[in-house]
Amino acid sequence: MKFDMLAFTPWSALAGGILIGLAAAMFILLNGRIAGISGILGGLLAPVKGDIAWRLAFLGGMVIAPVLWRIAASLPTLEITASYPMLVIAGLLVGISTRYGSGCTSGHGVCGISRLSPRSLAATAAFMTSGFLTVFVIRHVLGV
Amino acid sequence: MPKHYVSALFTGLIFGLGLLLSGMANPAKVLGFLDLAGNWDPSLLLVMGGAIAIGLVAFSIAGRRSHSLLGQAMRLPLKRELDQRLILGSLGFGVGWGIAGLCPGPALVALGAGAPKAIVFVAAMLTGMALFEWFERKPAA
Repeated sequence: MKFDMLAFTPWSALAGGILIGLAAAMFILLNGRIAGISGILGGLLAPVKGDIAWRLAFLGGMVIAPVLWRIAASLPTLEITASYPMLVIAGLLVGISTRYGSGCTSGHGVCGISRLSPRSLAATAAFMTSGFLTVFVIRHVLGV
Repeated sequence: MPKHYVSALFTGLIFGLGLLLSGMANPAKVLGFLDLAGNWDPSLLLVMGGAIAIGLVAFSIAGRRSHSLLGQAMRLPLKRELDQRLILGSLGFGVGWGIAGLCPGPALVALGAGAPKAIVFVAAMLTGMALFEWFERKPAA
């Protein structure tokens, strides 16, 4: 393992993390809900009356974040290196699996660990491990 | 408009701005964290550390309340036991995350930024979620 000191951005990572934590805090304390993106999104695909508008409001806020950012400053680089076919496979996997496993990086990784939930700790360990292995295979075995 | 819709909108906005500021809306940076054998970028750990530090306080307060500050029922997950669905699902999610460097939150932010590849990823992700609902509701044969 080599540290990439040029790519490492400790201050903006910490500051952004605190903002994400504040959002998770606001959502549980104001709305009584877990800020888990896959769960909020998935609930729209099995819609229940009276349980739709808050989901759209939250997701809308996320989508307009870069639009508002661009008014004040130039957007940071968003570099998606995967090819279109790989993005389709990845998207399908992320969609099915986050619903099957009841959460993703936000619901399990941030909110669940903050709740000290044993399920979320196990889930986070699982998706980090398979994420590390997948990148290892793609970059260092297949050499893509 | 009910107050909890406004708070949901603002919460989503702050979450999205946090993802942008932290660098986690950039899949190349997330893959830099997942690439332990390459030039490793530990930034994601600090993002999670910062978020969890705030979250620990918030959820300990939330755990003592039956209703939110806006009068909504406090919906904290109650399940504690590990099961196969949780582990298999999370392992599968990690594979998709490792292929693209995208998870659901950053994908929505990249969509808002207008990245064509994010549109394709989000469409596939929604299809996957819809497939899940279809499998779940299909009566067992």
